[in-house]
Amino acid sequence: METEYVLQMKNIEKEYYGNKVLKGVNLSVKPGEIHALIGENGAGKSTLMNVLFGMPVIHSTGGFSGEVYINGEKTDIKSPLQAMETGIGMVHQEFMLIPEFTITENIKLNREIIKDNLISRLFKSKGLKTLDTRTMKRDARKALDRLGLGIEEWVTVAGLPVGHMQFVEIAREIDKTGLKLLVFDEPTAVLAESEADTLIEGMKRLAASGIAILFITHRLNEVLQAADNITVLRDGELVATRRKEDTNVAELAELMVGRKIDINGKTEQEDDDTDKDVALEIKNLHVDMPGEKAKGINLDIYKGEIFGIGGLAGQGKVGIANGIMGLYPSTGEVLLKGEKLELNNTMGALNKGLAFVSEDRRGVGLLLDSSIELNIVVTTMHVKNKYLRKAGFFDQIDGRGIREHAKKMIKDLDIRCTGPQQLTRQLSGGNQQKVCVARALTLDPGVLFVSEPTRGIDIGAKKLVLDFLVKLNKELGMTIVMTSSELVELRSICNRIAIISGGKVEGILRPGDSDRDFGLMMAGEYRKMHSKEAM
Amino acid sequence: MNKVVKKIGLPRLIITLMFISICIAAVVLELPLGMLTSDVIRRFGMFGVLALAMVPSIQCGTGPNFALPIGIICGLLGSLIAIELGLTSKVLGYGFISSILISLPLAVLTGWAYGLLLNKIKGSEMLVATYTGFSIVSFMQIGWVTLPFRHPEMIWPIGKGLRVTISLDSTFGEILNRFWRFEIGSVYVPTGLLLFFLGCCAAVWLFSRSKSGIEMYTAGANPKFAASSGIDVDKNRIIGTILSTVIGAVGIIVYSLSFGYLQLYLAPLYMAFPAVAAVLIGGASTRKVKISHVLIGTFLFQGMLTVAVPVANQMFPEGNLSEVLRQIVQNGIILYALTKVGGEA
Repeated sequence: METEYVLQMKNIEKEYYGNKVLKGVNLSVKPGEIHALIGENGAGKSTLMNVLFGMPVIHSTGGFSGEVYINGEKTDIKSPLQAMETGIGMVHQEFMLIPEFTITENIKLNREIIKDNLISRLFKSKGLKTLDTRTMKRDARKALDRLGLGIEEWVTVAGLPVGHMQFVEIAREIDKTGLKLLVFDEPTAVLAESEADTLIEGMKRLAASGIAILFITHRLNEVLQAADNITVLRDGELVATRRKEDTNVAELAELMVGRKIDINGKTEQEDDDTDKDVALEIKNLHVDMPGEKAKGINLDIYKGEIFGIGGLAGQGKVGIANGIMGLYPSTGEVLLKGEKLELNNTMGALNKGLAFVSEDRRGVGLLLDSSIELNIVVTTMHVKNKYLRKAGFFDQIDGRGIREHAKKMIKDLDIRCTGPQQLTRQLSGGNQQKVCVARALTLDPGVLFVSEPTRGIDIGAKKLVLDFLVKLNKELGMTIVMTSSELVELRSICNRIAIISGGKVEGILRPGDSDRDFGLMMAGEYRKMHSKEAM
Repeated sequence: MNKVVKKIGLPRLIITLMFISICIAAVVLELPLGMLTSDVIRRFGMFGVLALAMVPSIQCGTGPNFALPIGIICGLLGSLIAIELGLTSKVLGYGFISSILISLPLAVLTGWAYGLLLNKIKGSEMLVATYTGFSIVSFMQIGWVTLPFRHPEMIWPIGKGLRVTISLDSTFGEILNRFWRFEIGSVYVPTGLLLFFLGCCAAVWLFSRSKSGIEMYTAGANPKFAASSGIDVDKNRIIGTILSTVIGAVGIIVYSLSFGYLQLYLAPLYMAFPAVAAVLIGGASTRKVKISHVLIGTFLFQGMLTVAVPVANQMFPEGNLSEVLRQIVQNGIILYALTKVGGEA
């Protein structure tokens, strides 16, 4: 009996309809340890967690083989409820909170502390007891303090920043007595970098209090920042378990992907831009995009460059491309090759040769219940009347032309699918992104806006998407404006990077500039510090 | 097995199985099969165009057109005006073609106005549509009495206003049914009716493959996507609504023609429901629909109704049960279809 582990999973195997998704995975977590579980999409992380939580999807598909020990005791978890009772908690990627309730009420939901009152005594009914708000608030306060979150327990959840909502969710889990193990399922995916840092601080605090943490993520830097031990899965197999001290980002990335990649490979071409043509001139652009307001952006984007727009979430970087494309009300002046672009007119922007890959892939970027081929051509069909042929009264879509073009795109971008007619809903995130890019390219744009091209896709696909953008830029000379929250990505492919803070351009940097400058700009402190020199 | 069920869609599967079992019951009870089959075919053609009206409205994103009575009233008005003006020569299809031509501008106008309304209440189309339908039918109760129609075949012999049912015997009653009709044994095939229905389907199918059709579909499938592609979502919703209203108008003319009567007053009140139920059973959802759903759904739904009532009458011969049973079966199917809006994957 090894009781030094909170959780041990031994030789877990699971297959779905003859398809092995877990091939003998072992996992051991000690109390007070932060254990990271990393792997590409489809590596088996979610399935492993489903096994741990006794999700119905596991049991309805024939169960699994292998053994699970909780505190050294062999346990057979049959349902999520049982998992909860055993002391395993989960912080979900999508928050399960009631917006209109206060933080306390959310934390204590369905576990309210109640006390007797006159009527409940009279009727001897539990349902008529009064809530013991004071004790509940005290408990909630305690849970929030444990996380180091200085926010009042009586405010409603609606309107809280995303990062705080996540903390409320965590507070709810740790408020449950007897919690031994807390699983974080990609907790930082929805957070900006600064919020992610706070979260990691919180996790460390929790771990210090003796709770074991299982941390599932895509972001390797965070893994090294937070975790004590790291388990890497690939294609359902346990590839490696490393101690933090013995590894680094490059090795983890390599283990995860199984092929060599370098995510820090900056383009070392520090070319001179004094003699370059300006492709896009943005003057005093204001965009009223909720949560991402741009308040007076001035930028010159040169022909043939990859221009990066970075910054923290909510500072307005996402608003710029959306505003220029006419998706949110905007004012100011935008000149495309010296010609004035009419704002708030999507059709006009598309006609002038701008194309946009939205940051909201599933919401804006795709027709999820339509075929890949329709997704690729529909914008071009509308804007340029292409892929149509005359047939009697109607112009009919040119099925053959569309099919050929789609096949070419699928080949060029290496979209993994069963064919041009597959629905985009069934594709993985990376391939969906490629469909979005293919749609933008079909427009044959002069300037391509790409927002958050790698959000929510696994590291292998990220690399492919970024490489493709570079290829477009190099081979076709396409001007690309890429907006991204991932500074590393921007620095790996962009020629210049503008950092947006408070809705304005804080400064423009070269990818090779120091981390310190980037950090200061992101925090909006750069100008203050350099105001004397800059003036 | 699960996969097959998912592919076919549970509602479609259950209704198909029920249909088959009722057909078997009909055979066992020795009902006149030839007559039943003729009836199924006739009702398929008769209701088909009305069900087809759901296609543009679902595709443009406003959901099943529960406000079909708007189109229906335009169709009825068109027919009444055509008969009133005596546009019932042979060239005008004894009034069939003139009815359609007159109802078209009416349907386009009301469809456009109704589309404007729908753009103001995005998100609750189905409920608003249902009550818009009810309101317009109620409003026309006044209209049928007060409109200045004079034709002796249409107005009450004593008193004021139009009759509840107006016979089309002397005008375009059954002209499509009789066109190229033939009989196999005792089964009567109304070729013209079926051809007209299939022609309408083909027209809608062709439209859905045109530039405007694809844009309308895009606007309905993902309004944000459409906006980012420069497609005017509101305009396309109006186009869809107009098309649906127009097809509804044509649908009621075909229906009346095959039925032999124009039915006014309360008759259009619940006409939208069988049409919605038919496409839902056929495999459509409130967001996705294909022409095949219309064909399969209309056949199953009308087939079911046609065969179920005589079977039930045979089993419970007491008194006037047939109308009650028809209501139970029809509303039961609609309720079931609405609870299973999932359709095929």
